[in-house]
Amino acid sequence: MAGVGSACLAIALLTALYAVVASVYGARSRRREWISSGRRAIYCVAALSVAAFALLEAAFLRSDFSYALVAEGSSTDTPTFYKVTAVWATQDGSLLLWVTLLSLFSTAVLFVTRRSLRDIAPYATAVLGCIAAFFLLLMVGWENPFDTLAMPPAEGAGLNPLLRHPAMMIHPPMLYTGYVGFSVPFAFAIGALIARRTGADWIRATRRFALIAWTFLGTGIMLGALWSYTELGWGGYWAWDPVENASLMPWLVGTAFLHSIMVQEKRGMLKVWNVSLICATFTLALMGTFLVRSGILDSIHAFGASTIGVQFLVFIGLVIAVSAGLIIFRLPYLRSEARLDSLLSREAFFLLNNLVLVGLCLVILWGTFFPLISEAISGTEASVGPPWFNRLVTPLALVLVLLTGIGPVLAWRRVTPASLRRILVVPLTAMAVALLALLAFTDAAESPASLAMFCFVAFVLAVVSQELWRGTMARRTMTGESWPRALARLTGRNRRRYGGYLVHAGIAVLFLGVAASSAFLDQRDVRLSPGDSFKLNGYDVTYREATAKLGGDSAGTGAPISFGAVLDVRKGGKHFVLRPSRNYYASPDPSLGTISRFFEGEATSEVDVRWGLTRDFWLAVRPDIGSLEGPIREADAKFADSPGDVQALIVAALAERYRSNPPPAAFRAIASPLVVWIWIGGGIAVLGALVAAWPSPEARLRRVRSLYSARVGQELSRA
Amino acid sequence: MEYALALLVLAALVAIVLWLPLRRRGEEERHDETLLAELSAAKEAKYREIRDAELDHRMGKLSREDWRSVDRDLRAEAIEILRRLDRIEGRSPEGGMDR
Amino acid sequence: MDPARKRKLRLVVALTAALLLATALIYTSFSASTEASKPSEVKPGRSYEVTGKVVKGSIRHTGDDLRFRIRDRDGTDSVPVAYTGVVPDPFREGREVIVSGELKNGTFVAERDSLVTKCPSKFTKS
Repeated sequence: MAGVGSACLAIALLTALYAVVASVYGARSRRREWISSGRRAIYCVAALSVAAFALLEAAFLRSDFSYALVAEGSSTDTPTFYKVTAVWATQDGSLLLWVTLLSLFSTAVLFVTRRSLRDIAPYATAVLGCIAAFFLLLMVGWENPFDTLAMPPAEGAGLNPLLRHPAMMIHPPMLYTGYVGFSVPFAFAIGALIARRTGADWIRATRRFALIAWTFLGTGIMLGALWSYTELGWGGYWAWDPVENASLMPWLVGTAFLHSIMVQEKRGMLKVWNVSLICATFTLALMGTFLVRSGILDSIHAFGASTIGVQFLVFIGLVIAVSAGLIIFRLPYLRSEARLDSLLSREAFFLLNNLVLVGLCLVILWGTFFPLISEAISGTEASVGPPWFNRLVTPLALVLVLLTGIGPVLAWRRVTPASLRRILVVPLTAMAVALLALLAFTDAAESPASLAMFCFVAFVLAVVSQELWRGTMARRTMTGESWPRALARLTGRNRRRYGGYLVHAGIAVLFLGVAASSAFLDQRDVRLSPGDSFKLNGYDVTYREATAKLGGDSAGTGAPISFGAVLDVRKGGKHFVLRPSRNYYASPDPSLGTISRFFEGEATSEVDVRWGLTRDFWLAVRPDIGSLEGPIREADAKFADSPGDVQALIVAALAERYRSNPPPAAFRAIASPLVVWIWIGGGIAVLGALVAAWPSPEARLRRVRSLYSARVGQELSRA
Repeated sequence: MEYALALLVLAALVAIVLWLPLRRRGEEERHDETLLAELSAAKEAKYREIRDAELDHRMGKLSREDWRSVDRDLRAEAIEILRRLDRIEGRSPEGGMDR
Repeated sequence: MDPARKRKLRLVVALTAALLLATALIYTSFSASTEASKPSEVKPGRSYEVTGKVVKGSIRHTGDDLRFRIRDRDGTDSVPVAYTGVVPDPFREGREVIVSGELKNGTFVAERDSLVTKCPSKFTKS
C-alpha cells in the first residue's frame, strides 16, 4: 500500500502543476473550459491528498512497521489516540497534513467562487496550485512519508512522551489550519493584483477564510500555551521561545489584516497596505512552518541541519519577491478611493491598531532572529530572553487593549466629538471605579503595568456592554420589540459587528488573566519527606505519602513506571488533594542495563493543577530516584538476561521500595491568580469569531437569487 | 511494481476528470457577467453601510447633522453603483431580468 | 489646517513613532542580550550563557544539586557544571543544553533555574 501512497503524491504533484498551467492559460485566453479544468485539478489534488493521508493513518493504526514513519514515531503500546495523532508528529507526516488541509481549503474556496470573481479566481487557482506543488515536491523529492524499510523492526520507537498530551496533539492541526487558511486570501490577493481587479471583491470572497484561519491559529497558539502550563515542569505558559513566536507573528499580522480589510471594504482605502499585509501574513505562516523544523535559530551554521531548510528558504524568498514585485508594478491600480475624513473615526483607529499590531510583530521578529542579527553585525551570537520581550511587548499590549475598547465606540467616517464625550462617560467611570477599588482593596499597585491593564480591561468590558445595551435600545425605539428579541435581532443582523465586540471582550479577559498571573504569582521550590509541610500564598501543603504505579499512568500515556506524591492542601475551610507524578519511559538504548533502562529513558512531569476562578494551585514533583541507583545497578548485574516477566517483578519491587521508604522529593508549587481566565477569555474570543463568521440568512437569500439570475443570463445567451 | 501500477491508474483517472470540461469548447469569458456580480455585491455592501450609519446615529454616535451628511454621501455612492448596474444590464442581451 | 498639511503631519508622526520603536529595539536588545558561548570559551570573571552537550556518564544528582560536564557541540574538552533548580524533562546525557552562569574555581556555577534542554529534534535526519 505504501506504493499506492507514493503514487498518490506523485500524481498529485503533476496535477497541481497542471492546475497552474491550465488556469493561467484559461485566464489569458479567456477560455472558460481551461479554467474549469484547472479548478478540477485542485479538486483532484484534494482527493489524492486525502487518500494518501488515509493510507498513512491506516498504517499507523495497524502499527505497520514496514513504513519507516510508523517505526520511527509509534509503537504497539502507544494508546490509539496517540497512534492517530503521531502521524503529524513527524516531519513527513506534517507536510502531508499541510497539503491535505491546503487542498481541502482550496477546493472549498474555488467551489464557492466558481461562478464569481471570474477574473481573479483562475490566478488564485494557479497560486494555490503552486503552494500545493511546493509541499508535494518536498515530499516526493526529499521527505516521502511512504518510505519503507527493507527490514521492518518488530517494535517501533514510540511517540515522544513529551507529546503525549491531548492539547499537544491537536495543536499542530489547529496551527496548520490557520496557516493554510491564510493562503486562501493570499492567493486571491495575488490573483487580484495580476488581474488588475484591486477592488474589495477579493476581500469579500475570502474574508471568512481569513477569519476561520485566524480562529484556528489562535486556538492552536492557546493549546500550545495550555500544554506548556499543564505538561512542562516549569509552570509557565509562554516562554518567548522561537517556536512559540513563530506562530504568534502571523496571528498578530492576521489580526491587523482582519481589521484593515474592513476599511478597504467600506472606504476603498488602504489597498496597498492590505495586499502587503496578507503577503506578510502568508510569508510569516510559511516561516512559522519552517522555523519549527530547521535548526536555523541555533546558529546560522546549523542551518543545514534540516534536510528541507534550504528549499523552504528559497520558496519564502520567491513568495516575497513575487509579492513585492507585483505590488510595485500594480501600484497605479492600488490608489485609495477616499481620504481620511476625521481622526475620530473607525478608519483612523483601525490604522492605529494596525500599527500597534505590526509593531508588536516586528518586536517579536527582531527578538526571535536576534541571534542571527547579532552574529551578522558583531560576529558573536547573542540572544535576548523573556525579560527583554516582556519589557517591549507590555507597553504595546497595553495600548492594544485600550484600542480594543475605543474602536467599538467609534463610527465609520466620523463621530461627533460631543457625542463621543457622552458615550465615553460610563466606560471611563467604570475604569475609575475599578482603579479605586484595586488601589483600596488589593496590592495591585505593586505592578503598575498590571494595574493599568486591569483598568483598561474594565474599560473594554464596559464599552462592549454599553454597545450592546445602546444598540438594543436603538432597535427598540425603531421596532418596539421586547428586550430579548431586540437583542437577538440586533446581533443577528449585525453579526460581524457584535461578533467582533465579543472577540474584543474575550481578548480583554485573556489579557486580564495574563497580567494577573504573570505579575502576582507566588512560587516555591522545596524538598519534602512524607509528613513535611510548607506554606504558600496562605495555603498549607502537606506531603502525605509517595505513590508508585506500574503500567498504567493516570494521564493515559502508556508509561511503564510512574512515581508520584499525594499532597493535602488546606486553606481556611477548603481542602483538596493533589497528585503530581513523574512518568518514566523505557529507553530503547541497548547499551543500558536491563533494569536501569526503565529509569534512564525519557521522563515527563505529570503536573497536578487545581483550577480555580480566582487562583490556580499548580504542583509538580521530581522524585529522587538516586537512592535507587545502588539496587538498580545490582539488579542490572544479577538479572541481565532475565525474561520480561522477571524484569517486571524486579521493577515492581524497586517501585514498592520507593513507595514505602521515599527519599525527600523536590516539589515546585505555584499559586497564580486568574490563570483560568486566559483560557476562558480565549474561548469567548473564539465564540465571537464564530458569530462574526456565521453566514447571515439574508446573504444566503441574495446568493440564491443571484445564482438564478446568472442562470437565466446564461441560458438566454445560448439560445 | 505496485507503485508503477498505482501511478498509471491514478494518472488515467485524473486525466479523465481534467479532460471532461475541455470538451465544451468556445465558451468565452463574458466580461459583463463578472462586472455584474461584482457590482451587485458592492451594492449590497453599500446598503449595509447606509443601515449601519442609521444604527450609529440612533445609538448616539453621530449627531443629526453628521448623520445627514454621511447618509447623503452613502446614498450618492449607492446611486452611482445602481447607474453602473443599469448600464451593464442594458447592454447585455438578456435585457435585464431583475426588473 | 489644510488636508495636505494634515497628511504630512500624520506621516511625520508615524515615521517618528517608527524611529522611536526601532531605536528602543536596537538599544535594548544589544544591551540586554547575553552572548552564547561554547564551554571551551568561558573564562572566569564574567557571566556567560553556555551552549553545549552533556557529556555521557557525567550526570550526578546529589540532593538538590545537579552536577554534570558540558562540552562543545563538536569538541571533547568539557567543563564541570554545578546547578541547582528545575531540571527540564528532556535533560539527559548527550543532549544539547543551554545554561547561564559564571566560572568559579574551575567549576561553572550556574544561575538557578537557568538550565534549558533543547528538545531532541524529530525533524532532522539523525
